[in-house]
Amino acid sequence: MALLRTFLLRLVTTIITLFGVAVIVFVVIRVVPGNPIAMMLPPGATEDDIAQLQALYGFDKSILEQFIIWLSGVVQGDFGTSISTRQPVAGLVLNRLPATLELSIISLIFAVLMGGTMALLGTRYRDGKAEGVIDVIAGMALSIPDFLWGLILILLFGVLWPVFHISGRISPALNIDFSTQFYLFEAILRLRFDVIYDLIGHMLMPALALAIPLAAIIAQLLKQSLKETMHLDYVTLARTKGYSEGKVITREALPNAVLPTLTLVGVQFTFLIGGTVIIERLFSYEGLGNMAIDAVINRDLPLIQGIVILFALLFTLVNLTVDILYVVLNPRLRNAR
Amino acid sequence: MTAYLSIRNLTVTLTGGTPILRNVSLDVVAGQVHGLVGESGAGKSMIGKAVLGTLPRALTISTGEIWLDGVNILTLKPSQRRQRIGAIAALIPQDPLTALNPSKRIGPQITRRLVDILGWSKQVATARALELLAEVQIPDPVRVMRTYPHELSGGMRQRILIASAFAAEPKLIIADEPTTALDVTVQKQILRLISDMQTRHSTALLFVTHDLGVVSKVCDTLSVLYAGKVVEDARMHRFFMRPIHPYSAALLAATPTYTDPTGSLTPVSPKVIKAVEQEIQEHDMRARQ
Ligand SMILES: Nc1ncnc2c1ncn2[C@@H]1O[C@H](COP(=O)(O)OP(=O)(O)O)[C@@H](O)[C@H]1O
Ligand SMILES: [Mg+2]
Repeated sequence: MALLRTFLLRLVTTIITLFGVAVIVFVVIRVVPGNPIAMMLPPGATEDDIAQLQALYGFDKSILEQFIIWLSGVVQGDFGTSISTRQPVAGLVLNRLPATLELSIISLIFAVLMGGTMALLGTRYRDGKAEGVIDVIAGMALSIPDFLWGLILILLFGVLWPVFHISGRISPALNIDFSTQFYLFEAILRLRFDVIYDLIGHMLMPALALAIPLAAIIAQLLKQSLKETMHLDYVTLARTKGYSEGKVITREALPNAVLPTLTLVGVQFTFLIGGTVIIERLFSYEGLGNMAIDAVINRDLPLIQGIVILFALLFTLVNLTVDILYVVLNPRLRNAR
Repeated sequence: MTAYLSIRNLTVTLTGGTPILRNVSLDVVAGQVHGLVGESGAGKSMIGKAVLGTLPRALTISTGEIWLDGVNILTLKPSQRRQRIGAIAALIPQDPLTALNPSKRIGPQITRRLVDILGWSKQVATARALELLAEVQIPDPVRVMRTYPHELSGGMRQRILIASAFAAEPKLIIADEPTTALDVTVQKQILRLISDMQTRHSTALLFVTHDLGVVSKVCDTLSVLYAGKVVEDARMHRFFMRPIHPYSAALLAATPTYTDPTGSLTPVSPKVIKAVEQEIQEHDMRARQ
């Protein structure tokens, strides 16, 4: 019941949000200077040529008219045609989405593993030197943004000590015929360990760059939450039952302490997805973010619109997932009507 | 009569050195109930925590012995001590609303430790839990095992915690003000229940309370605690006939059941407080020498 209501409510707000995003993007990219059509044509094109092409793409109409035309297309699944590649936006964008999704999810997994371990260790050895070390590490990790981590990793492991891939998504030499763009997912399903190894090898550096700041946030927040939980009566009672400190932390405290962390991780994960735009560029990773930068450079208005809408949709999906998880993990909400 | 739990000269201090428990000695005889009385902040809970190994980190045991089942548990390695306590002692906590894990069903909260720590099989543990839930008069134990704490009333939760404490047939139970957080109407039932369970299972019980009226109903012996110091240690009968320490006498006079219930109560007089404070100071002086 609670789940269904959360879901329906979220569906309505999602539609409103996406509409709002569409309006803003539509207006903003038409207000900033730079004529996409003029950029497409070779130098020396006449005013007439430009006007003709503009009419072809509908840029001669008012913004409101353009928006209505665009929206009626979107409702039918047609996001327009990319100016720079002359291909349908929907196809281009969906083709790139899996690469970005895989990178984001692997980054999230890294962040949860690293941050979770730090939080658990910090709680286990709280009020001692070990906790101090963890606090310092988390503080440092957090004070450097993801793209700078990207540069640092490239310098360290691409230049100084070149042991990891710092460019691309997969080694061309592998020459695999994938039937979807979800390379990693497919490789896992097909149990192609050599391919998995290669894909993870390529993802490692960009994923770490994205994951480090989020790991630090998780470490700090979850540790704080765990330490507060450790004072509660049910934890003390578990201690008298003969459980070791480690078991008390993971079994009794953790399931309750993750709840406040979960909400924040949801919000931070959307930031992480946003971070892929620059990180993908930095590591020449062929995802949505990399495509977004090209689209902006080329003033490819339909493509920019499509990418932004897709990112917005992703963000709302993440938030929805967090809301559902929160209800699922919290028995007090699960049974509520 | 041999003591099952024997605390000898236990001194617990704050990390700064301020004493919280002052040279406390007390005995709980196997199968008997020992009351631990004193006003709020006297250190009653800390005695229980010292025994069960759950003292707050800011507190340390500076001297003393805690003999449990013939072993001074303070000489054991932490992991051994933990296992030993888990196997033979149990706690009935003060506040049933906060003592159950909100994210876990009742069943596992009773059975997990039987399986994990004591090595019982899952079926045996579940059967045992059901049996005990029935014994503490919980209607429909099978259903209750599947519920979450927030679905149950405070009284029900305290019954569950009592069942859980008795589940592994511990030889010693420490009940820390087990009725204080409950509705007055439920308090009596829970008190009766703990007393009945104690008799039936012949468990040694250290019963912590600030209420002498409660002590008179369930205890065989008692200690009166003031500012972390035991000021009187007595058998029930003698205590209520003839308290020796002036503070005990004043406490008794301030308890409604033992004066005329309709008449006025005598608060503990400043003179008595002054005298006992003096005693504490002298004790601390001696301890420092
Ligand atoms: N976590 C703690 N850190 C420091 N002092 C504490 C802590 N908990 C309790 N105390 C102190 O220990 C003393 C005894 O407390 P307690 O045993 O809880 O009293 P009560 O007799 O009411 O159960 C009190 O004076 C209290 O201030
Ligand atoms: Mg107390």
